[in-house]
Amino acid sequence: MADTAVRTEDLRRFFDETRAVDGVDLDVKTGEIYGFLGPNGAGKSTLVHVLCTLLLPTSGRAEVAGFDVARQPVDVRLRIGVALQEASLDPAQTGIELLRLQGRLYGLTKAETEQRLRELTQLVDIGPALGHRIKTYSGGMRRRLDLAAALVHNPQVLFLDEPTTGLDPASRVRVWDEVRRLNAEGITIFLTTQYLEEADALAHRVGIINEGHLIKEGTPTDLKRSMGSDVIIARVDDGAERACNAVREVAGVDQVDIHGEELTIRALDGSAVLSPVAIALDGCGVRVRDLTLREPSLDDVFLELTGAHIQQEEAETSDNGDD
Amino acid sequence: MTTATIEPTPVRARPAGFLADCVGIATRSIRAVPREMEFVVPALVVPVFFYAINIGALEPLAEAGTGVDFKAFQLPVAITFAVTGLSRASALVTDIQNGYFDRLLMTPIRRLSLLLGLMMADLFLIITLSLPVVAMGYIVGVRFDTGVPGIVLFILMAGLWGLAFTGFPYAIALKTGNPAAVNTSFILFFPFMFLTTSFLPLDVLSGWLQTIARWNPVTYLLAGMRSLLYGGWDWYDLALGFLSIGLVGAVSMTLAFAALRGRLKRG
Repeated sequence: MADTAVRTEDLRRFFDETRAVDGVDLDVKTGEIYGFLGPNGAGKSTLVHVLCTLLLPTSGRAEVAGFDVARQPVDVRLRIGVALQEASLDPAQTGIELLRLQGRLYGLTKAETEQRLRELTQLVDIGPALGHRIKTYSGGMRRRLDLAAALVHNPQVLFLDEPTTGLDPASRVRVWDEVRRLNAEGITIFLTTQYLEEADALAHRVGIINEGHLIKEGTPTDLKRSMGSDVIIARVDDGAERACNAVREVAGVDQVDIHGEELTIRALDGSAVLSPVAIALDGCGVRVRDLTLREPSLDDVFLELTGAHIQQEEAETSDNGDD
Repeated sequence: MTTATIEPTPVRARPAGFLADCVGIATRSIRAVPREMEFVVPALVVPVFFYAINIGALEPLAEAGTGVDFKAFQLPVAITFAVTGLSRASALVTDIQNGYFDRLLMTPIRRLSLLLGLMMADLFLIITLSLPVVAMGYIVGVRFDTGVPGIVLFILMAGLWGLAFTGFPYAIALKTGNPAAVNTSFILFFPFMFLTTSFLPLDVLSGWLQTIARWNPVTYLLAGMRSLLYGGWDWYDLALGFLSIGLVGAVSMTLAFAALRGRLKRG
């Protein structure tokens, strides 16, 4: 088995004038959970489609499990499992029919397919409904069946494209547990997400993508540590500019950024400057709705790099469809 | 006594083989048919309806004017009505729209088998649906001068014609991914099926209709099938019938496989 599960070199994928993926270099080690984080439209899904051999790269190279996606697509397909953002299922089939067909198309014998179905029963966990038509399934059942379909052939690398989007919190935690369990079994996981806490909770390493570019990569801890300071968030009713000027004068404050009615204040020792910041805000006559001290999050990293929150980007691009 | 637990060998994916790929796709497609009776019922009702109407309205007139056994003359028309345009193209569009086509593309399946598997299913369905039409003819007294081999060849010609025609809806399905567009392929049915010898022999057609009918491959298909019903083995008519199937099939399959290549390229 190759040491590197996913490698890309200057990978580009354009759609006419749109540069969905623009010069991405990746190196995902075998056995890793790699979180690919970015807002809607950042290029995450396009990259996954290229790595899964659904799209050819415009230029550059991509290898999965040691095989070139453009020149050796069948070798790649034999080694990957994929659960795309929307569960890709045939509603007219029953769950068991779909899984058996998957086994058949991956060249498994009947005995091997049944063995895998027994092993996946706990994951699918939909009881007798497995014999019912998929069109009768709930969203959660479809997601679980989709994941099982991606695993029937025992893949080396599993691509999960926003696996928890639209799931309730309980289902989301359950998917996280399953991802960890699969990784413990030796499967490399390439996970795209727009949820910061998901990348934080699951990924050994995170790549942040924006507008087709990989803008930062590292462990969640390293990325947050790279901020080098604590974060104080102040939400004000109005006069953000005035508040910003006042806070900048506070000793120990390294940086202040304004995002609408929100000030992001960075300080090496946040607890030491929290009181002076509160006093400064009070002194400049600005009404403060909320004042919070916390350690940096991945969203802060994204904010630092792009000047926007992932969630804001999501809201702004939600009308434009997915990438 | 000690017991040893034998861990199952981890399964490894491998290419299933071209035939296995085709059979897998075909089996899934055939299994879906009884769950979509709206797909089957028109293919049975329409030919029976037209057969009954045509016989009821035109039999005395046509037999008086041409001397042909009109019930036998109409049976190939009924069967081509049943099988022309019968395909799983709408199911293919559904697969494209709900993402299942992408799931299939991410398996090691041979790309050609995605289409050939569906066509295998179509051939099976077309032949299955041909049987009740032939039975209907038998019930009303139609007999084959060429005997059982003639019946087999009659059904085979109907099956191959139906298969040849499926290329058009598949081409539209793969090109557009749009169910409404696929339905428009039915428009092709009308010139093929009505500007021909559906109601009267070629020599009693007149003017522009006779000219068009001479160029319509269905004319030669019907002539070949009719030759099996009356007059014994006519190899010339049969050869022209198979040639017309081959020509239409060559055009439609070229379009369908070009559309498949285009879709795979577009991603």
